[in-house]
Amino acid sequence: MIPAAFDYIAPQTLDEAVRALASHGEDAKLLAGGHSLLPLIKLRLANPKLLIDLARISTLNGISEQDGKIVIGALTTHYQIESAELLKKKCPLLPETAGEIGDVQVRNRGTIGGSLTHADPAADWPAAILALGGELKLRGPKGERTLGAEEFFLGPMTTAIEPNEILTEIRVPISSRRSGSAYHKMAQQASGFAIVGVAVSVSLDAKGSCEEIGIGVTGLSDKAFRAHAVEDRLRGRKLNAKLIEESAALAADGIEPLEDLHANAQFRAHLARVYAARAIKEAVKRAGGSRR
Amino acid sequence: MPVSKLVGARIKRREDPALIRGLGQYVDDVRLPEMLHVAVLRSPHAHAKIKSIDAAAARQHPGVVAVVTGEELRDQIATLPTTADNPTLRIPKHHVLAVDKVCYVGEGVAAVVAEDRYAARDALDLIQMEYEPLPVVTDPEKALAAGSPVIHSEWPDNMAFRWEHKQGDVDKAFKQAHRIVKQRLVHQRLAPIAIETRGVVARYLAPEQQLTVWSATQIPHLLKTHLSQMLKLPENLVRVIAPDVGGGFGSKLNVYAEEALLGYLALKLNRPVKWSEERRENMQATIHGRGQVGDVEAAVKKDGTILGLRYKVVADIGAYHQLFTPAIPPFTGLMLSGCYKIPTISIEVIAAFTNKMSTDAYRGAGRPEATYVIERLMDRIAQELKIDPVKLRKTNFPAAKEFPFKTATGLAYDSGNYQLALNRALKLAGYEKLRREQKRMRSRGRYLGIGLSTYVEICAMGPGFWEYGKVEVDADGKVKVCSGASPHGQGQKTSFAQIVADQLSVPLKDIEVVHGDTAAVAKGIGTFGSRATAVGGIAVYQAAEKVREKARELASHLLEVDADDLVFSDGRFGVKGVPRKALTIQQIAQQAQTAKNLPEGMEPGLSADSTFEPANFTFPFGTHICVVEVEPQTGNVEVRKYVAVDDCGKVINPLLVDGQVQGGIVQGVGQALYEGVVYDENGQLVTGSLMDYALPRAADLPRLQLARTETPSPVNPLGLKGIGEAGTIGSTPAVVSAVVDALAPFGVTHIDMPLTPQKIWTLCQGKKAASGGHR
Repeated sequence: MIPAAFDYIAPQTLDEAVRALASHGEDAKLLAGGHSLLPLIKLRLANPKLLIDLARISTLNGISEQDGKIVIGALTTHYQIESAELLKKKCPLLPETAGEIGDVQVRNRGTIGGSLTHADPAADWPAAILALGGELKLRGPKGERTLGAEEFFLGPMTTAIEPNEILTEIRVPISSRRSGSAYHKMAQQASGFAIVGVAVSVSLDAKGSCEEIGIGVTGLSDKAFRAHAVEDRLRGRKLNAKLIEESAALAADGIEPLEDLHANAQFRAHLARVYAARAIKEAVKRAGGSRR
Repeated sequence: MPVSKLVGARIKRREDPALIRGLGQYVDDVRLPEMLHVAVLRSPHAHAKIKSIDAAAARQHPGVVAVVTGEELRDQIATLPTTADNPTLRIPKHHVLAVDKVCYVGEGVAAVVAEDRYAARDALDLIQMEYEPLPVVTDPEKALAAGSPVIHSEWPDNMAFRWEHKQGDVDKAFKQAHRIVKQRLVHQRLAPIAIETRGVVARYLAPEQQLTVWSATQIPHLLKTHLSQMLKLPENLVRVIAPDVGGGFGSKLNVYAEEALLGYLALKLNRPVKWSEERRENMQATIHGRGQVGDVEAAVKKDGTILGLRYKVVADIGAYHQLFTPAIPPFTGLMLSGCYKIPTISIEVIAAFTNKMSTDAYRGAGRPEATYVIERLMDRIAQELKIDPVKLRKTNFPAAKEFPFKTATGLAYDSGNYQLALNRALKLAGYEKLRREQKRMRSRGRYLGIGLSTYVEICAMGPGFWEYGKVEVDADGKVKVCSGASPHGQGQKTSFAQIVADQLSVPLKDIEVVHGDTAAVAKGIGTFGSRATAVGGIAVYQAAEKVREKARELASHLLEVDADDLVFSDGRFGVKGVPRKALTIQQIAQQAQTAKNLPEGMEPGLSADSTFEPANFTFPFGTHICVVEVEPQTGNVEVRKYVAVDDCGKVINPLLVDGQVQGGIVQGVGQALYEGVVYDENGQLVTGSLMDYALPRAADLPRLQLARTETPSPVNPLGLKGIGEAGTIGSTPAVVSAVVDALAPFGVTHIDMPLTPQKIWTLCQGKKAASGGHR
């Protein structure tokens, strides 16, 4: 666990960081909480020549409400999100998901932006951000652009972010009054990552039918994804247990499940269906809809 | 014996204030002037010929002082030691760094010495290795089969040793049996995972020609002997220091390549050297535990009485023997009959070389395997004969009056009362109530399981291994206790002080316990096999007794009364009937420093030592009950309740005993539910880090309900048995039994460990629960 030599800078502003990244290109790596990057460097699986530490850029850290949306700086830690009163009221899926990540030490250091850009196919955040229909704001030498969560995740450890771009913030809609959410996960015992995790955000109309639903699935395939087939069967309909179970049975359709030491493809697909049903039921219940 | 004040009291560990504030001094905290750093290049192949090693570029790297290879060391350092009294034992040459070929992933092939850790690590990448991969065998049963790749060419059958034991007419028992119950059982490999990985610092002082080795070891004195042999140095010029050691669980009960390598490098370079093991190295190149696959069968009568037992087991040795590797599987054989009267027995152990790290002692070392075999078998018998598992056990227990109880494996269990511990545990757990709850829950589609394990283990090693203790009272009344045991988390700085405090009536704060330095403690064996208190503690006790008797003699001289007229109480030797005429032990210690105060023939000073070797082992026992809820749909297991009633004889410090039991249970639960060292068929270590090797965590368990019965051992004067490993031994079968019990409605009779969600789900898939309702 001894890294190779590298240089280190800690810019004070986002502009400085963007310039440093642009001038060093692929040789540079951005350092946020360091919980994914540092182990890779220590194992020499990543050998950046320069680390650009974002910790001193205060504008990247914080949780606020802007124009009807929740805005979270990329450097906000999991613990900040887990404990934010604003989020518990206005977007409870985020604190619930944060509480499922790793352990206390990890949550104290790890950041939402670091996790999203690392794009581990078993990470927790992608499921929640996909379910919420979140947006990711990127900043590069040519300015800013915003991507939807579904455009962002491309594959294992691969996102749509360009080598010269920095993820600056994550925006998610504020949950409406008749909405509910839930995150259900089977954690891998050793790493705490999801064998399968399903995040659900649902809103009901005045009659109690499903107005909108987002279902993010992580751990099942080589990237987190939105379970459209399940969502489509539920949207606009009264959500009873039978319909939820029938729909959740589609959660792994068309997906090639991952296989590893901890779970084979068949088990992962099964878990995705089970946890999808459970998460949907719980989200509906929390939205004030009937369970059965 | 004086009235006990401290023995038996829940005294908080005196070790902890420093340790929990981060003030512990571990090997990695040893920093010496001019110290160099060592990094070991390890084989990425499980089996390969070394065609060439080119270290030229590494030697040129800035900061690099030396690079050594196996070829250079083969004549300088003797091969690694192993110990076992077994004529069938085959001992492959186990070099400190591989010569000509490598036999497992992680085997050291070269070492870099550099001015700092970074330069040493950088230079590893510059060593050019050329390997010719050879066919690999990782499965011990396949290794023994014809046509397997051969690991050591001298022994084409890959057999490392055999061990057999037979008692009574087993065949006749099986012919007479009402039924024969069989089960195949797998004990997966485990990684001991001490929180502190291994580490070594070595320093050679040329003027004194003395080599000092700091090592995270459980056995500084044994290590000293072995290092002097391996490095061909006189033993009196080798000193080994085990500073604070952050856990061992048997993994530091060894002599490792790096310990000799660092000693050699310090001598050769005449500068101090340091090596700190990384966690990945720890997974690859520190011993593993367990690793046995066996078939057991029992001949039983209709009422469940066992007539005979047959067990055939293949032990996975790994590529080489480490220090006690060949001793572990026979231990399983010796303890196979558990706490039952089994008149006839036949055990056949075959040990196989595989392209993996060696197995050796890991907490329990052979006994968890034995207990798992016999306890799983008892449950299978109960299932097949439809007898309650509690009743079946009681049917086969020896009665309390039958102790010392001779087993068919040739042991004599010192003392026991198995019924008592079992009844106590049943009561604590509310067994009958739990069974009713289980029935109710099943009717609602929820699956509660109740698992039981009644165990006996062998410890306080024991005949063949003595331990040393010394007690010295200084002129100022302060007491120094030296022990050859080498605690590394067990807390004997506290419990030994309690023993001595009672013997000498000296306050705890005035007693210092010294261990872990061969220069400070004249001799010793070390800490393993739950022996430190029941053997080492007795040596300390006896030394303290001698000190007290010398003090009595001196008091008699100073007070001018007959020794028989002195009473020792409240820390004073007083004259019977003349309470004011008395001397405290502190006063006596002061007088003892001056020869003119002493009676004729008495040497100055107030100190004594003692070496204790017991005539028999001790046999702690107990009952563990585990209650789980299993969710067949996901395979999740929740441990809802855990009751342990352990009997370790007399107890010095209940708080320490509870700690040992808790830690042991957690590790046993780890084996049952989560842990397993996995190599793929190419011999690559799949569980190479703690991201994949799953350990139990605090949140995985409910609060453990611990209780004790107390059956003193006749083997030592304090009636102690030992408690370091019992938790691990008793718990694993209880947990497995509970999960299997929960899934009985699905027709499940056994599941191999670890009981992962996937395995449980796979077994239940497509099956409807037999009795009761439906989900």
